[in-house]
Amino acid sequence: MSTTTANTEVNASDVSGAEICLDKVVKRYGGQRVAAVNELTLSIPAGEIVMFVGPSGCGKTTSLKMINRLIEPSSGTITIGGNDIRSSSPDELRRNIGYVIQGGSLFPHLTVGANVAVVPGLLGWDKKRTAERVDELLDLVGLDPARYRDRYPRQLSGGQQQRVGVARGLAADPPVILMDEPFGAVDPITRQRLQDELLSIQRELHKTIVCVTHDIDEAIKLGDRILILREGAHIAQYDTPENILAAPADDFVTDFVGAGSTLKQLSLARVDQLEFATTTTAQIGESSREAVARARAAGDDAIVVLDKQQRPVAWPTLRQVTATEVVADRPREDLVTLDHRATLNDALDTMLTATHASAIVTGARDQYLGLVDFDRVVEHMRSLERAAAEATNGVEPEGLA
Amino acid sequence: MSTATVEPETDTDSGPTAEAAAVRVPRARVISRETVTMIILPPVLVVIAFLGFVIWRQTAELDSVEAQQLRWSEIQQRTVEHILLTLVSAVLVVVVAVPLGVLLTRGRLRRAAPIVVGIANAGQAAPSVGLIVLLFIWFSSYPPFGVVVSGFWIAVLALTLYGLLPVLRNTIVGIQGVDPTLVEAGRGVGMTSASTLVRIELPLAIPVIMSGVRTALVLIAGTASLACFIDAGGLGVILQTGISLFRFSLMVTGALLIALLALLIEWAGRLLELATRPKGI
Repeated sequence: MSTTTANTEVNASDVSGAEICLDKVVKRYGGQRVAAVNELTLSIPAGEIVMFVGPSGCGKTTSLKMINRLIEPSSGTITIGGNDIRSSSPDELRRNIGYVIQGGSLFPHLTVGANVAVVPGLLGWDKKRTAERVDELLDLVGLDPARYRDRYPRQLSGGQQQRVGVARGLAADPPVILMDEPFGAVDPITRQRLQDELLSIQRELHKTIVCVTHDIDEAIKLGDRILILREGAHIAQYDTPENILAAPADDFVTDFVGAGSTLKQLSLARVDQLEFATTTTAQIGESSREAVARARAAGDDAIVVLDKQQRPVAWPTLRQVTATEVVADRPREDLVTLDHRATLNDALDTMLTATHASAIVTGARDQYLGLVDFDRVVEHMRSLERAAAEATNGVEPEGLA
Repeated sequence: MSTATVEPETDTDSGPTAEAAAVRVPRARVISRETVTMIILPPVLVVIAFLGFVIWRQTAELDSVEAQQLRWSEIQQRTVEHILLTLVSAVLVVVVAVPLGVLLTRGRLRRAAPIVVGIANAGQAAPSVGLIVLLFIWFSSYPPFGVVVSGFWIAVLALTLYGLLPVLRNTIVGIQGVDPTLVEAGRGVGMTSASTLVRIELPLAIPVIMSGVRTALVLIAGTASLACFIDAGGLGVILQTGISLFRFSLMVTGALLIALLALLIEWAGRLLELATRPKGI
């Protein structure tokens, strides 16, 4: 099944995910008159990220856990790729569904490698295949296998633990991955990185990912579709982020999405949609005087220092450059870089903390691409605003992305 | 100034480009200074005290009763008996209390946990001499299945009952103390209930369980001194002889050796605790 998504064009052949269908799913707890989940009917297309959001107690986590039978539905059917989830045992089912939990929930007495290898072990993979898979996955989530494989979870930072959690969820290459507030326990900057990485992993793998979050911004950033639930898991709106922002179904959705939906659209736009500014660059070891002369001619007051692989390593002012004979890779502290896939929201965030009121954009392999500054972001915001105004005037919004 | 992007670099460093070698990696297993002290100090103290005893024993003038009781072969035999009583009881305690504790954390049986812990509590509150002697009288009057049970096994039974509580309670508390999200994570990735128990819950509960085992070991080692009342041997014999014949030297020797052995056993328990603690926690 092929779908167009907000972030990427997906070919049917690339999709390794499976479609999930919920049909009139009900979860009623004993002793409670009102059902926690009341007749939820929903189709989650293969290869998409669907975000479940809603106020606490709305049944979003319950709905998620019914998909891997951590919670058994009271009635209704759930199918994955057309197969009823009750056709195999819960343990069997869960081995073929990735599960990622807040903070990673790694087993503290197992090494990183052993944590990732849990599901392959349960599936009876041989040692060699498992070991290769573990290394491949650690690599995928950006952890050097040689360095991290044999560490214990407590030897990792929160962000790294969460990466291992994602790797564990992907271990057996399941078509479907369930995530329960995966990035809730890390600081905002790490969260932003992890989100970007999840998106880039998803661009590669095209799994079906169902992700619960309470953070509407996260939902807008990650989701191909967002499911907004109200109490009893009644669907308030189920649509793409663009449509939800431009045309909220009712007051509940408007309230939930919150004020400043134009600002929220910043989470949909990415840095590489802007035109980058250029600035003077210099290689490490180049003559300082020449570099400064070039910068003066171009009217720049700082120089981006690049290493041999064209990766920015420092961003000194002209005065700092002239302090040494040749261009040095210092000071590193003022270096503010942004991945070209970062959202404009992240870009503003990053620039606010920077000394240069702008940020260096890096592309694949961290290579230098250019600069973004406030003016460019503001200009983009204005164009978004115009588009949003047209949308509320009844004009179907064109894809903003 | 630390900028927005510098922090995640240290946090997320990974590729060959990262310069995280400077970031100190915390050790997988942390041993506190207190633990180190508790591992080095007791054996040193025991050795010093025992050397003192040896010197006194070789130089003191002893009457015939004392000399008889303080023969090295006698001391050795009593010590071996004492250790045997303690170890056999401790093994039985673990064999009984750990599975029982695990059962009492599963499903419906969870509700029975307070009752069983209550009974074990009562068992420990009962005076230990009473427990040993009562069991002895009971078994000698009504031999179970007509088999005559030796004093040794009666003492072991009493000591086992006596040492059950700390292990039972710590097993329950240890398993209940495992982070429920880890259990759910185990189930969520497809582990069966049994393998979650064996691979997640038990290993994580081991430090708590082992500290219960250590407590039980010390309790049993001390209480085993009473085994002499039912002719089951142990270092209590020397102490008991000293009391009944009013030989001060025997009393002190018995008490000292029991104390030293208890210290050594507690120390061994600590080593065991350290050795069984899973890496990473």
